[in-house]
Amino acid sequence: MTNRRSFARATVIAGALAFAAASGSLVSFAAQAAEPLKIGFSMALTGGLAGAGKAALIAMELWREDVNKKGGLLGRPVEFVYYDDATQPAKVPGIYTKLLNVDKVDLVVSSYGTNEIAPAMPIVMRKKLVFPSLFGLAVNDQFNYDRYFQIMPAGPEPKTDWSKGFFQLASEQKPKPTTVAIVSADSEFTLNAAAGARKNAKAGGYIIVYDKTYPMSTTDYSPIVRAIEASKAEVIFVASYPPQSVGMVKAAHEVGLKAKMFGGAMVGLQFAAIQKNLGPLLNNIVNYDFWVPEPTLNFPGVKEFLARYQKAAKGKGVDPLGHYLPPYAYAYLQVLEQSVRATNGLDQGKLAAHMHRATFKTVVGDVKFAKNGEWAKSRTLQVQFRDVKPNNMAQFEGPGKRIVLYPKAWKSGDIVYPYKK
Amino acid sequence: MFKTRADKIFWFTLAAVFLVGLGFTEVLANEYYYTAVYAILQATMMAVAWNILGGFTGYVNFGSAGFFAIGAYTAVALDKWLGLPLPLLIVGSAIICGLMGLGVGYLTLRLKGVYFAIATLALAIVLETLITNWDFVGAARGVYILTPEKVPFFDSYIQLLFVVMLALTLGSIAVSRQLNDSRIGRGLAAIRDDEVAAECAGVPTLRLKLISTTIMGAMMGVAGAPYPFFVTFVDPLSAFNLFVAVNAIAMPLIGGTAHWIGPVIGALLIGGAQEAITVTISSELNVLVVGIMLVLFITLAPQGIVGLVQKWMKRRRG
Amino acid sequence: MDLFANAIVAGILLGAFYAAVAIGLAITFGQLDIVNIAHPTFVVAGSYITWILNSSYGLDPVLAGILVAPIFFVVGVLIYRVYYAAFERTGQESLSGLAFFFGVMFIIEVVLIMVYGVDYRLVSADYIGKNIDVGFIGLPLRLVVPFVVASAMTAAVYFYLSRTFTGRAILAVAQDRLALQLMGADPVRIKQFAFGLAIATTAIAGSLLVMIGPVEPSLGRVYIGRAFAIVVLGGMGSIPGMVIAALLLGVVESLVSSFAGPSWAPAVAFGVLLFTLAVRPSGLFGRA
Repeated sequence: MTNRRSFARATVIAGALAFAAASGSLVSFAAQAAEPLKIGFSMALTGGLAGAGKAALIAMELWREDVNKKGGLLGRPVEFVYYDDATQPAKVPGIYTKLLNVDKVDLVVSSYGTNEIAPAMPIVMRKKLVFPSLFGLAVNDQFNYDRYFQIMPAGPEPKTDWSKGFFQLASEQKPKPTTVAIVSADSEFTLNAAAGARKNAKAGGYIIVYDKTYPMSTTDYSPIVRAIEASKAEVIFVASYPPQSVGMVKAAHEVGLKAKMFGGAMVGLQFAAIQKNLGPLLNNIVNYDFWVPEPTLNFPGVKEFLARYQKAAKGKGVDPLGHYLPPYAYAYLQVLEQSVRATNGLDQGKLAAHMHRATFKTVVGDVKFAKNGEWAKSRTLQVQFRDVKPNNMAQFEGPGKRIVLYPKAWKSGDIVYPYKK
Repeated sequence: MFKTRADKIFWFTLAAVFLVGLGFTEVLANEYYYTAVYAILQATMMAVAWNILGGFTGYVNFGSAGFFAIGAYTAVALDKWLGLPLPLLIVGSAIICGLMGLGVGYLTLRLKGVYFAIATLALAIVLETLITNWDFVGAARGVYILTPEKVPFFDSYIQLLFVVMLALTLGSIAVSRQLNDSRIGRGLAAIRDDEVAAECAGVPTLRLKLISTTIMGAMMGVAGAPYPFFVTFVDPLSAFNLFVAVNAIAMPLIGGTAHWIGPVIGALLIGGAQEAITVTISSELNVLVVGIMLVLFITLAPQGIVGLVQKWMKRRRG
Repeated sequence: MDLFANAIVAGILLGAFYAAVAIGLAITFGQLDIVNIAHPTFVVAGSYITWILNSSYGLDPVLAGILVAPIFFVVGVLIYRVYYAAFERTGQESLSGLAFFFGVMFIIEVVLIMVYGVDYRLVSADYIGKNIDVGFIGLPLRLVVPFVVASAMTAAVYFYLSRTFTGRAILAVAQDRLALQLMGADPVRIKQFAFGLAIATTAIAGSLLVMIGPVEPSLGRVYIGRAFAIVVLGGMGSIPGMVIAALLLGVVESLVSSFAGPSWAPAVAFGVLLFTLAVRPSGLFGRA
C-alpha cells in the first residue's frame, strides 16, 4: 500500500517536475525567440536639422513595420532605441555610449548630418561595430574606418564627386564659359562642397572670379548677389542651407542676375514647401539632388514607399513629399537588413565584409559600396528645374519639373542653357 | 587654508569625492556614466567660473561661450602645432583665456552694468567670426581630433577625461571658495554692492576686478580645453553655441550667486536634469522641461537655492 | 559705384527691419531694464501666426501681423504680471529676470515646434518677388514693404511715447518711479502696459521676418545678439538712437558683404559696437 502511494506520489512529483522543466524551457525558448533586436541611434529631432531628421525617422519606422510584418530579423522583432541629439554634436558621445553600454543595443546606425555622425565614430570604432550612416559628407576621410557605410550617393571621392557633374555640364556647352563664382555658407558641409567645386573648376580650366563665404546668420543676400554680378561670373556655384538657398534664389531674381549656369549645392531646393514657395524662380537652376520622380529613376518599390511616407507624414510638420532624405533613410536600413539575413547573425565583422562585397537592391536602386564606405559609383544627380508653375506643390509629385541632366546613365532630358531669364 | 573646522571638512570632502571618482574607474567600465558626468562637470566649472565675475563681483558676462570656445580652440591649435600632451594643452588654454579675461577686466574701466554685458557678447561674436575664418584650426569646416586607442592607467580615454575633469572642477571649486572667503572676496562683494563707494573706501577696485576676470577667463578656458577630445569634432557653431552661455548664467542664478556653493548646486541640478532628460524623454520635450525648470526655480527662488536655504535657516533661528 | 549705392540702400532697408525687431526691446530693456532675452523668440512666434493666417486664409502678411498684435499685447501683459510678482515686487535685480526669460524663450520655442513642426515656413504675397528699379538702384519689394511698415511702426511708437500721457509715463517710470507715483500714475500698470506694447510690436516684426525669409522655431537665437547690440549701441532709453544703431548695423553688414567678404560681417558689425562703446560708454544717445 505505502509503496504504491509513495510510488504514485513520486510519479506525480516527477511528472510535475518534468512538466515544469519542459514548459520552463519552452517559455524561455519562446522568450528568447521574442527577445527584441534593438537598433540604436541618435537623430536630430529638434534644432536646425530637425526637419530632415524627423522625416528620416518616419521613413525608418516604416522600414521597421515592414521588417516586423515579415517576422522580424533573425526571428526577433525589431525595436528602435533612439534619442534626440538636438543638432548638437556634444550630445552624441553621451547618447552612443548609453546605447551601447546601458541599453545594450544589438546594432547601431548613425544620426543625420556630418556634425552628428562624426562624434560617434570613435565610439563605434572602438567597439568595432558596423556603422551605416545617413548623409554626411566625407566623414570617413578622417577616420578611414573599414566598417563605415554611407548611403548618400556622393561617390568614392565625395567632395569632388559632388560637383563634378555641374562643371562637366558647363564644359559641354559651346562656347564653353570661362569664369566661375563660388559662394558658400560658413559651415562644415557647405565649405566641403565649395572646396570640391574649387578643385573641379580649376581642373576644368575655369578662372575663379569670386570666392567668398558668408555667415550662417545672414538675413539679406542681395549684397552678395550683387557682388557676384559685379564679378561677371558666367557659372555660379552656391553651397547653402535651406533658408540661405531661398534667400539667394529670391535675391538673384530681384537683382536680375544674368549667368550661364546657376545652382550647385543648394540644400533646401529639394524640399516641397520651399519648392512650392519659390515656384517659377527655380526655373533653369541646375542643382544637386539624389532622387526625383523621373522615369529613369523609377526603382522598384520607391513609388509605393513614397505613397506610404506621404500618408504617414501628414500633419507631422515635416516635408510632405519626402523625396530627399526618406527614401535613403529607408534604404540604409534595407542594406542592414539584407546583410543580417545574408550572414544570418550579428557578427559585425561578417556584416562589414558582406556590405563591402554585395550589391544591394533597395528602394533607391542598386547600392554598392567602395572600400572607403562611400558609394562605388557617384550618383549625385544634377537636376534642372523646368516649367515650374507658381504656388503648386502637386506638380512636383510627378516627372517633368526636375529634369536629370547627369550622370548620363540616369539622364532624362537635355539642359536648357543659359540660365539667364 | 586649513585654519577652521569648516576648512578641514571642505578639503576632506573634496579629497573624498576625488578618490571615489577615481575608484569608480576601477569598478565601473560602462562608458556612458563617464560621458554624462563629464558633461555635468564641464557645466559646473563654467558656472563656478561665471559666478566669480557675475555673482561675486556683480559684472554679468554674456560671452562665456567665447572663453570656453577659445579654450577649446587653443587646445586644438597647440595640439596641431606642437602635439603637446593634454596637461600642457590645458595650461596653454588657461594662459590664453586668462589673458583674455585680463583684457575684459580693463574693459570694466569704461563700461558698467548692461553695457559691459553686451560688450562681452559682442566680443564672443567677434571671436567666433575670427575662428570661423582661421584655416589652421579648420575654420568653419571644423576639425577632427583623434583620441588614442590605448590609455595609461585607465581602461578607456573617456575615463581619463573624466578624472582630469573631476580634478579640474574640484580645483576650481576650491579656488572659488578661497576667493569667496578671503579679503579679495570681501573686496569683490564691496564692488558688487556699490563700486563707487568701494573705491572711495580705499578698495583697490581695478586690481580686484582684474583678478576676478582673469581667474574667470582662465577657468573657462580650462573647462573648454578637454572639450575637443571629448567630442572629437569641433566646429565654431557648436563650440560657441548658445547653451554654453545660457547654462553658465542660469546655473549660478538658480543655485544662488552670492555663495561659492551656489553654482555647484545649480550645475548639478540643471546639468544632471539635462543629461537625464537627453536619454529619457528626449525629443523637443527635453527643451520644454529645461525651460519650465528655469522659470519655476527662478520664480520660486529668485535668490537661488542658497538664498532659500539661508531664509529657512534664518527663520529657524529667529 | 552702383554696387556701393545698392549696398547702402540694401543696408538701410535691412536696418529698418532690424529696428522693427529691436523696438520692443528698446522699451523693455532700454527703458524698463527688463532683460527680455526671449524677445526675438516672440518675433518668431509672430512669424508663425502670420504664416498660419497667410497659408490658411490667404491673409496678407502685414495685415495678419497687425490683427494679431492686440493678442500679443495681452500675452505681454500677462507675462509681465508673472515677472512682476516674482521679481520686481520683491526688489530683485534684473539678473534673475534673465533666467526667467531664458526659460520663457525655451518654452515658446518648444510650443512652436509642437504646434507647427520643425519644417521651414514661408509666406507668399503678390509683392514678394517683385522689384522696383530706380535707375541702377534695385528695390526688392520683399524688403521695401518691411522697410515701410517698420518705419511706420517705429515712428508711431516713438510719437506715442513722446506725446501721449501713458507714453510719457512709460518714459518717466524708467527715470523716476517715485515722481511718477506722486503724479498720480501707477508705475506697475504703466510698466505692464509698456511690456504689452513691446510684445505687440513683435507680432508685426514677426510678419516682416517671415516675409523676408523662411522661419523655423529656433531662428530667434540668431537675432538675440543683434537686437541687444542695437539697443545698447543706440543708448539705453533712446528710440532715435536705437533706429540709428539699427540702420548703422544694416549698412555695415551690407557694405562688408558686398566688398570685403560676407564672412566678416558679424565681426565688423560687433566690432563697430565695441568701438562705439569704447568711445561713448553709454552708447550713441544713451542717458549717462
